[in-house]
Amino acid sequence: MKPSSVLAQGVMKQYPGPRGVQALQGIDADIAGGRFVSILGPSGCGKSTFLRCIAGLEEISAGTLQIGGRPVQGPPDGVGIVFQHHALLDWRSIRDNILLPIEFAGKPADDYAGKVEHLLRMTGLHEFARSYPRELSGGMRQRAAICRALVDDPPLLLMDEPFGALDALTRDQMNAELQRIWLETRNTVVFVTHGIAEAVFLGDEVLVFSPRPGRVAHRLVIDLPRPRPLAVRETPEFGRYVGEIRRLFGSMGLLDETGAATS
Amino acid sequence: MKHPIAAAVAAGLASTLVLLVLWEVIGRLSGIRPIVLPLPSQVLIELNAEWRWYGGHAGYTMMTTLIGFALSVVGGVLIGTAVASSRRCERFVYPMVVALNSVPKVAVAPLFVIWLGTGMEPKIAIAFLIAVFAIIVDTLHGLRSVPQDVLDVARVLKGRPLAVFFKVRLPSALPSIVAGMKVAVSLALVGAIVGEFVSSQRGLGYVIMSAQGTFDTVRVFAALFLLALIGLLLYGALVWAERVLTPWRSHH
Repeated sequence: MKPSSVLAQGVMKQYPGPRGVQALQGIDADIAGGRFVSILGPSGCGKSTFLRCIAGLEEISAGTLQIGGRPVQGPPDGVGIVFQHHALLDWRSIRDNILLPIEFAGKPADDYAGKVEHLLRMTGLHEFARSYPRELSGGMRQRAAICRALVDDPPLLLMDEPFGALDALTRDQMNAELQRIWLETRNTVVFVTHGIAEAVFLGDEVLVFSPRPGRVAHRLVIDLPRPRPLAVRETPEFGRYVGEIRRLFGSMGLLDETGAATS
Repeated sequence: MKHPIAAAVAAGLASTLVLLVLWEVIGRLSGIRPIVLPLPSQVLIELNAEWRWYGGHAGYTMMTTLIGFALSVVGGVLIGTAVASSRRCERFVYPMVVALNSVPKVAVAPLFVIWLGTGMEPKIAIAFLIAVFAIIVDTLHGLRSVPQDVLDVARVLKGRPLAVFFKVRLPSALPSIVAGMKVAVSLALVGAIVGEFVSSQRGLGYVIMSAQGTFDTVRVFAALFLLALIGLLLYGALVWAERVLTPWRSHH
């Protein structure tokens, strides 16, 4: 399937009620099909809310939001999603967890045996197809969650801080793996993170969100050749991108080196 | 011992045996009269002499308990699901369930005799009524504790409501429902006995009541021994069922 584009114009999100929080204030984003876009911002900036709006899990209050040219009204077709917590079903084996989207779509699971096998091999999980999630490490569970999101070849993959709960070393490895997987699938990815290095390493572009109410403060195109080795993070070009984002966060008052911390 | 269940059962048997021996020894030394507290040996001799008669009554009580329990599982899961799935049901039905549960069910037992006669039906009804609340509460709790991100994944995958219920919500609530079943099975046994106390010519509750009338304490204890055994068997069956129904969990 053709990768989906995502178009947001003046997207607002105001939670209802007298104390309703304004989470998003006029998000503009034009994500072309097949791009890997990182959404980067401090905690509580509304980046996850924006992702949930794209997934159709939250309604927008104003503005337009389109996927593949169609306005989002409830969960759109052809979306895979990965959360910070794996959200696997405890009572299903890894293989059966990965097949869940196929069952929900009412397709015969047998047709996808090869696909599951391929995903399991690609993520190094093939020995654990029959294991329960409880028997796997955090990184392996997250790999399984990614396999589940990819099994039906979604033209759009949404990831909400998928590696946020992993240790630094596992996180590095998952970053490298995700890039490898994406280079093979080439679907559109919207990747929410609060890690600057992760956002730059993975993204074709980085949308930097301001603190709440969330806006796109800056759009940065990452012009580094792929496949990027993990060592790319030690190059001066990479450092320049990271530096630019850090200065931007500094100008928002998010990074204070004088010791008088603001948050 | 290799098998953990076998080890647990063996340990339980050993401690029970120690208790019975202590009881026997203290009973003999103190010379307490059998009409107050019979010796375990007397109770076992009684059971052995009349085992056919006791077995018949125990079977009747067990049957009543199991039917009442089975109905409470079906009814409890249905009511719990209805309350969890519909806001209207929660607002109108759930307060009624809670109110009904706060009436002592034992006090309602004579009413069931008027309505349903003196056969097995009123005992089943009381067993059901006492047990069902535990199932309702735990079903509700289980269905409400499904993690939000799991439900979000199901929504994004556009699962039909029925498919989401049977593939995600119900299995997720199953450990909680089984925990409710463990409580409910003991309560169903209480209900069956209460029903037999009120009016019956059969069952261990009847044995206890009639033996009490003739101050036959040995017979009362024989029935109590059997009730303890039935309670243990039912609980053990549920521990086993828990392992079969929820094999993904680590059981201790």
